[in-house]
Formats: sequence, C-alpha cells, structure tokens
Amino acid sequence: MYQFNYERPKSLADAEALLAKADDPKLLAGGQTLIPTLKQRLAMPSDVIDIGGLKELDFIRAEGDAIMIGAATKHATVANSADVRKHNPALAALAGGIGDPAVRHMGTLGGSIANNDPAADYPAACLALDAKIHTTKRLIEADEFFKGMFETALQDGEIIREVTFPHPEKAAYMKFRNPASRYAMVGVFVSKGPWGIRVAVTGAGQNGVFRVSEMEEALAKNWSPDAVANVKLPAKGMNADLHGSAEYRAHLVTVMAKRAVAAAG
Amino acid sequence: MPVVAMTVNGKPASADVEARMLLVQFIREQLGLTGTHVGCDTSQCGACVVHVDGRAVKSCTMLATQAEGAEILTIEGLAPDGDLHPVQKAFREHHGLQCGFCTPGMIMTAVDMIRRKPDLDEETVREELEGNICRCTGYHNIVKAILAASQEMR
Ligand SMILES: Cc1cc2nc3c(=O)[nH]c(=O)nc-3n(C[C@H](O)[C@H](O)[C@H](O)COP(=O)(O)OP(=O)(O)OC[C@H]3O[C@@H](n4cnc5c(N)ncnc54)[C@H](O)[C@@H]3O)c2cc1C
Repeated sequence: MYQFNYERPKSLADAEALLAKADDPKLLAGGQTLIPTLKQRLAMPSDVIDIGGLKELDFIRAEGDAIMIGAATKHATVANSADVRKHNPALAALAGGIGDPAVRHMGTLGGSIANNDPAADYPAACLALDAKIHTTKRLIEADEFFKGMFETALQDGEIIREVTFPHPEKAAYMKFRNPASRYAMVGVFVSKGPWGIRVAVTGAGQNGVFRVSEMEEALAKNWSPDAVANVKLPAKGMNADLHGSAEYRAHLVTVMAKRAVAAAG
Repeated sequence: MPVVAMTVNGKPASADVEARMLLVQFIREQLGLTGTHVGCDTSQCGACVVHVDGRAVKSCTMLATQAEGAEILTIEGLAPDGDLHPVQKAFREHHGLQCGFCTPGMIMTAVDMIRRKPDLDEETVREELEGNICRCTGYHNIVKAILAASQEMR
C-alpha cells in the first residue's frame, strides 16, 4: 500500500468538506474492495475518508411502498433485516449470498454499487427493482447509474446516501457462483412491480449489469420459465475468462433466468 | 501518524501507526499476538479472522485505524483462563486440523457462526465456511467439530 492520510469524519457534511479539500481522495466504506485494491497498489489516493462508521448512512426504513437503505448499511444487516425479508425477500437473499460471512460483516450497499464490479450482485437488484440512488447532490435512477465496467454516473465529490427499493410484487435472484471467489459468473434478477417487468443480468456482460428487453417482453405476455427458455443471448459482448467462455456465460443467462422466474413464482 | 486505540482481548491497546497499517499487522506486529495468521493476504482464505465488536471479519482487509474504539477478540482471548473454549476442544477431539495454519481463523469463524445460528446443520456449516480455506483436511472433520461444539454450547 502507498501512504495516505486517513480521515474519519463525524458527519456526512464533514465527509463532503474533506472530499472537497483533498487532492485525490477516496471514500472508504467497508473496505472489502478498496483495501485489496490499495494493497495491490492499483490506487494511490492522497486521502482515505472513512464513512463506514457514519450512523446517518446506516439504516433500513420501510416507508409506504418502498424500503430505504443507507449507503453504509452492511450486507449482513440487509440480509437479516425483518423489513427487507418481509417486503423484498429476494433482496435479503441476494445480500445474504454476497461473498462470505466476514465480507458481509464489513461490505456495504453503497460501496458495492459505487464500485460497480461487473460480477457484483447489488447492481442487478438496483436495475431490476427500479431503484433510486440518492446522493449528496441528486437522485439518480438505477437505469442511469451503471455506466459500464467499474463505471457509474457518480461525479467527483459525490457520495451515495441511500438507495430506495420499491416493493416488488414478485422477484427472485439466481446466481451461478464462481466457486472460488463467490462472485457471480452469471446472476439474473427478475421482477414484477409497478415498473412492469424487469430482467437484469450481472456477471455476464463486458460492460457490467444490463437488462434483457426480449425476456422482459416475453414475460409480460406469459410469466413463466418457459417464456424465457427460448430467449438466447449472443456470445458477443459477454465476459470470457478462465472460469468460463463467452458462449458458456450467454447460455447461463437463459438458465438462470428460467430458474429465477420459477423461484419468483 | 494517527494514534489508534482499541480493546484487544479485554485489555486496552494503543499505538502510533501508519494510516496504511492493517489490523492484522497491528495485532501481530504491534501487540505480538501471532495466533492470528496471514495466509493469502488477499481477503480469500480467512486465516486472519478475528472478531470486531463481536462479528467475524478478515483482519487483513481492515485498517487498524478502522478499528478505533472497537473491541477485538483474537484466538488468544478466546479462553483466557487456560481452559479450552468448547470450539477449541471440539477441534482437538474431532481432529479438525492437520497443519493448523487455518485453525485460528476457522475457530473464530466457528464461534461467530454458532453465536448467530445456534441450530446449525451440516449444510449451513459448510456454507458459513465459504470464506475459510483449509488445504489439509478436506473440511470433513472441521465440519464435524463445529457441529459437535454447537451441540455442546446449546
Ligand atoms: C472475498 C470477497 C468476496 C466477495 N464476493 C462478492 C460477491 O459474491 N458479490 C458481490 O457483489 N461482491 C462481492 N465482494 C465485494 C463486496 O461486496 C464489497 O463489500 C463491495 O464490493 C464494496 O463495498 P465496501 O463497502 O467494502 O466498499 P469499499 O471497498 O470501502 O469501497 C469500494 C468503492 O466504493 C466507493 N464508495 C464506498 N462508499 C461510497 C459511497 N457511499 N458513495 C460513493 N462512493 C462510495 C469507494 O470510494 C471505493 O471506490 C466480495 C469481496 C471479497 C473480499
């Protein structure tokens, strides 16, 4: 790790001020991505600003037809929340399937979506559940937030405060785990709600999470696993690495989509 | 350099540290508590698991400064009076280790899982061990030991 200054602001306002003042700052939440990145010397921030302990970013509130989750809420907290389990069990299950128990005790929702790893789970939930991402500057629709591999709409100095997940009528997430890393080889989140029907895929695409409109249309006509069984995705644009070829991942999208629709009931 | 203060195994511990010092370095190098191991140093293997405010975390993936004010429990603090903790006893009885390198992390993970899930079954134990790698045992006896300890502790 390169040297850096460590700051632990007492409030979100302090964090914003520190961000504005520093040369080349980086926010730290759970550190489950940033610390490995620092260790590999893939980042050299001048200042690390630790928002992981900010109480004002650590909450889960069910209000009206939605659940609001603070950016610094840990995966384990989301997985075990009675409110999330009641109104959005697919989201609770997704959070409970991230990495391993120790990772879930530290990793946060905000860190996961800000990082936008192409194999991360939360981006699929945000996109499939029509989530609203509230930052210190504005509200960003999930559709506008994820811009490509490790890229988001976030600007310098912008901090995610919370994410609003409207309750789905039906939803399920099916993930084919990479057996070594536990990240998604392919993960498919299907949902039905006030936004219509959505199918979001993570792990597969070279540009990160994406929606499959052909599957969404097929499910609108006929909500059943059969409806997606014949929708095949091209291998072009899929990730290929030592864990699986592009063709394999394209194939898995259909398999996981079928399983997700079946699980959503 | 930042000053960091925390409680480790019930005793106050503080030092001037570099901001980039990892919690596991603080524990091993600053405090000399070498029961916590560094295996992969890439957040995968779980040999470095300790409890931070009662929850299992990988101490190679946390800065010492992040633990400011926290209560840390390491393998050395598990059974301070010389008796073995029921999980340690079960690992010995069921031969849940061979070379022993992963054992401190396995045991700290096991104690955390038994606390969160008192009604463990084999499948759950295997799932909960996702983040702990053992290259000797094939896990079989580790799982047996954890199940036995969870029975004992009920
Ligand atoms: C062994 C292991 C297995 C894992 N398996 C999975 C898996 O199966 N699925 C999965 O999805 N993830 C997995 N992860 C990643 C994990 O979920 C991380 O916790 C997550 O990606 C990042 O969250 P964090 O809170 O740790 O963020 P950090 O590492 O602290 O930060 C990550 C990035 O987000 C930025 N950031 C953090 N908070 C905010 C905010 N509020 N606003 C703006 N920017 C912010 C930081 O500046 C940094 O660039 C795994 C990690 C490990 C170590």
